[in-house]
Amino acid sequence: MVIECKHVWGHISDYLDAALPEDIRLDVQKHLEHCEICSAILDSTRNIIILTADERVFELPVGFSERLHARIDRELEEPEGD
Amino acid sequence: MMKQSDNEAALIASILAGDTRLYHDLIRPHERSVYMMALSFMKNEADAEDIAQEAFLKAFRNLSTFRAESKFSTWLISITLNEARSRLRRQAIVRMESLDDPPDEGGSVSPALLRDWREIPSEAVERQEIAQMLREAVSSLPTIYRQVFQLRDVEALSVKETAEALGIRVASVKVRLHRARMMLQKQLSPLLKSVNQSPKRRWLPWL
Repeated sequence: MVIECKHVWGHISDYLDAALPEDIRLDVQKHLEHCEICSAILDSTRNIIILTADERVFELPVGFSERLHARIDRELEEPEGD
Repeated sequence: MMKQSDNEAALIASILAGDTRLYHDLIRPHERSVYMMALSFMKNEADAEDIAQEAFLKAFRNLSTFRAESKFSTWLISITLNEARSRLRRQAIVRMESLDDPPDEGGSVSPALLRDWREIPSEAVERQEIAQMLREAVSSLPTIYRQVFQLRDVEALSVKETAEALGIRVASVKVRLHRARMMLQKQLSPLLKSVNQSPKRRWLPWL
């Protein structure tokens, strides 16, 4: 089935997650083969997901680990019982 | 493949037997995921750090209730979630934000239209301006989309785990995730494209 760009946009997320039913996946794929705009949207979305997932983007705050372990040390030093 | 959980089980047994200092080693591999989970709820770093600390302390105090058949990481995450939720309830942010957030059934998000996309390699995030751009875009998403995106795409939870963590349906996770990704594409791709095309050569270097 021939589908329009707008329909393809609605499927981009599931397409990237390989979560589309086979018949829709094939329709989307066929569309992508000849539509440079939808291909660029798909590629940019995939690229942005990979970039934001990079551990260097969301980092632990400076000193996080030190403060955490210091707090645990204080807890460990407390006398038995709550 | 059982190494980490075997090692964790041994550490937990030793801690419960009295060697409490080993708790430091037990939690080290989980610091990041607990913090990121807290951040997906709290939005600001100070609150997220506070939640993470509370969760680790609570886990320590309740370690004897941990059952070996579940994963330590899963158990920690559920403690973190409870901590974040009760904090939000206290701050009454949930109620206020839910009024601002668009409902799940809202219209579709149109992407930014491009004719081509030149792949941006992962090394680009070493540039502070790029990392900052990505962080700001994620932070600016409405809460319901930001949470799903952060758990699913940043923390790499499955759709099902994300649904369980947030107490929403799998179908809602998919809808929100799709919108979040489209919003980010719309916002970020024009910015990233212009950064990508900034000329490496400087004109008239002798001036």
